[in-house]
Amino acid sequence: MADLTTDFLGIKSPNPFWLASAPPTDKEYNVRRAFEAGWGGVVWKTLGSDGPPVVNVNGPRYGVIHGADRRVLGLNNIELITDRPLDVNLAEITRVKKDYPDRALIVSLMVPCEEEAWKEVLPKVEATGADGIELNFGCPHGMSERGMGAAVGQVPEYIEMVTRWCKKYYSKPVIVKLTPNITDIRAPAEAAKRGGADAVSLINTINSIVSVDLDAMCPEPSIDGKGTHGGYCGPAVKPIAMSMVSEIARAPATAGFPISGIGGVTTWRDAAEYITLGCGNVQVCTAAMTYGFKVVQEMISGLSQWMDEKGHTSIQDFMGAAVPNTTDWQYLNLNYVAKASINQNDCISCGRCFAACEDTSHQAIAMSDDRKFSVVDAECVACNLCVEVCPVEGCITMVPQTAGSVDPRTGQTVDGSYANWTTHPNNPGACAAE
Amino acid sequence: MTSSMTPGIAANRLGQDELANNFADLHMPLQPHEVKVAADRCYFCHDAPCVTACPTDIDIPLFIRQISTGTPEAAAKTIFDMNILGGMCARVCPTEELCEQVCVREVAEGKPVEIGRLQRHATDTLMAQDAHPYKRAASTGKKIAIVGAGPAGLSCGHRLAMLGNEVMIYDANPKAGGLNEYGIAAYKSTNDFAQSEVDWLKSIGGITIENGQGLGRDIHLDQLASDFDAIFLSVGLSGVNALAIDGSEKDGVQDAVKFINDLRQSNDLATIPIGRNVVVIGGGMTAVDAAVQSKLLGAEQVTIAYRRGRDAMSASRYEQDLAASHGVKLLFNAQPNAVLGNGAATAVEFEYTAQNAGKLSGTGEMIQIAADQVFSAIGQTLNADVDLKLEGRKIAITGAGRTSRAGVWAGGDCASGGNDLTVTAVAEGRDAAMDIHETLMGAA
Repeated sequence: MADLTTDFLGIKSPNPFWLASAPPTDKEYNVRRAFEAGWGGVVWKTLGSDGPPVVNVNGPRYGVIHGADRRVLGLNNIELITDRPLDVNLAEITRVKKDYPDRALIVSLMVPCEEEAWKEVLPKVEATGADGIELNFGCPHGMSERGMGAAVGQVPEYIEMVTRWCKKYYSKPVIVKLTPNITDIRAPAEAAKRGGADAVSLINTINSIVSVDLDAMCPEPSIDGKGTHGGYCGPAVKPIAMSMVSEIARAPATAGFPISGIGGVTTWRDAAEYITLGCGNVQVCTAAMTYGFKVVQEMISGLSQWMDEKGHTSIQDFMGAAVPNTTDWQYLNLNYVAKASINQNDCISCGRCFAACEDTSHQAIAMSDDRKFSVVDAECVACNLCVEVCPVEGCITMVPQTAGSVDPRTGQTVDGSYANWTTHPNNPGACAAE
Repeated sequence: MTSSMTPGIAANRLGQDELANNFADLHMPLQPHEVKVAADRCYFCHDAPCVTACPTDIDIPLFIRQISTGTPEAAAKTIFDMNILGGMCARVCPTEELCEQVCVREVAEGKPVEIGRLQRHATDTLMAQDAHPYKRAASTGKKIAIVGAGPAGLSCGHRLAMLGNEVMIYDANPKAGGLNEYGIAAYKSTNDFAQSEVDWLKSIGGITIENGQGLGRDIHLDQLASDFDAIFLSVGLSGVNALAIDGSEKDGVQDAVKFINDLRQSNDLATIPIGRNVVVIGGGMTAVDAAVQSKLLGAEQVTIAYRRGRDAMSASRYEQDLAASHGVKLLFNAQPNAVLGNGAATAVEFEYTAQNAGKLSGTGEMIQIAADQVFSAIGQTLNADVDLKLEGRKIAITGAGRTSRAGVWAGGDCASGGNDLTVTAVAEGRDAAMDIHETLMGAA
């Protein structure tokens, strides 16, 4: 059986599934349940400075985008950092770490952007025996209005500065959690690295309004008739998060920099995908908040089975394996030609491929009087829309055309060699090598 | 105390609670959560097979999408635009051989989207609101007589009234509704739905219904032709084929249509006498409805005997299974030979049949089945003496219900073509209405 143990920044955990800093990790009771359920690590919900804790709203904190059958596709929250006293959290962290020495326990932190504040809190955190800290530079609601969270994460100079303070007053690994509410994720990642961070984790939640109450004319969740943007997470954000992860993994300045992947990890497959894009582990929240802590058992068994099937003996075996294949559009092979192919045995004749192609694409699917659907190769540009709208997985596939055959759409012979936009004759910027 | 075991024909075989339970909705209305789950399953197919299979061409994917987005009222409008009796059709349509049979999820998974129950959810929602969803067009000054207030007549009348015409519907029975009121099994139309639907449909205005007016008895085609601008005949098939075998005059032998009629009109099901042993002769929906309801009234042994094989039965496989699930025995390839008994029926003697050179004939082998009560359900016939061209034993029509006489249209079970389904009658009434209107307006 595959070995799922991970060593992230020297922090060992029995599997790569950590719970992200969020409501599920707010206190000892929950974290103990999580560890009993099998989670490899926990990032404790963000602590603030000593003194009166923050307060949360007393109305709804969450909003959701539902898919069919009320599947939770995206979750939005307006909860702040922990609203429990610092010393209570620290005492609990100390106890839990002592009882679960084999699990990763990271403390998320967010204190004012002043050196004194960090200097004061870090020794207390160090004393808990926790394995490392994660700097919450991403929380997009509430705390950012007070100059913390995303307000720091959106300014690379602040990230670098605070990271330096942390490295100065704390001896264990420092992970910088990045906000996606910026234009280029590489800048804050580079800043974290410059400041001496050991890793970045991303993404934090995305600014979001998930719905509007059309009677109250108020965004939801609605607090006494008013709403505010929250932070969006869950399966809906996974594509955005993976793209940002890949940018950091590919950028020369940050290539090879440890990454903890966060955003919509719901199944073992999501986790495997993040890892192939360069992540050393993943952090999960929405899946646990939707289904409870037991979901980790599927993640563990699924990843283990897949690794066995592929012959991977450790996470390291496939970590970053998809990074070299993540490139810019201009380097895609323009000589590659594929055509959609519909398996008539699997087809249930719903006609969605036809409607999508006929109305919105290339009129490349023919429909017969008896509802047989077939691809018109002379029109098919292999856009993949039919594949994605077909309710039956695997019914429509993209078949690469063999070199030497003629593409009936262009009348040109399929060239087996590689050629991209940089050398394409239509590219005004293409210059022949002379 | 009377029970299922009480010999002969007896009332009060079951208690009131059991009867109420037995005659409750065959398919209970979907609960709100079930509605969401059921609606989510629709794929919104292109040129959807379910629409093609619907005799009234309801845009099913559209109405299901409207339900799923929280607007069942808009969904109901989508349904009623094509089928003003969408409420009843949601209850009585054999969806298993229409829309749901061709649902791509039936094809893919053997479990179709529950179109019928979703339709009921939408139509029930809108019908529970006070306002009728349609308004009448400006008056055309035209008057149309409709004979027969069944599904075809009601559908035709509503459409004509909506288009601005004055509609007079005559019906031979004390109540409107036709088979919806008198002919279908009680568990398919509970809580007096047929009458509520007629009232709701009439609330558009411009429709008058006169009951107790039989064609050829109280009203006459020539008189109607002189009093009205057009006539639509939807008189159904009120005659019943007689059981022509020895002993068919014995006590306990009656036609199934009458039995179902009495049951539907009863205020107290316990008072309906039912045999301990019941035999129903026939192979259509009427046979199934009579047999199942006999069982639900407390008969101990109920048999449907059909002279041909299962596949030839006009009741769908679903209906056959429904009967079987209620404990009704299905006897195939058996033709009735005689009703036995001294004054009152005690058994029916059948002869087994076989197909020989495409012709059905008896094999000589006999079987007797105990029967205190024998229901004959061997078909209904046109029972109207009208001077119109017939096709087979029905009124011949061409196009949208045009008969051989100018100004007279016909639709529903009394007209040629069709398949004796409520939903088909609704379509024919609607289409005839459009043709009548266009003809009267000089557009066609």
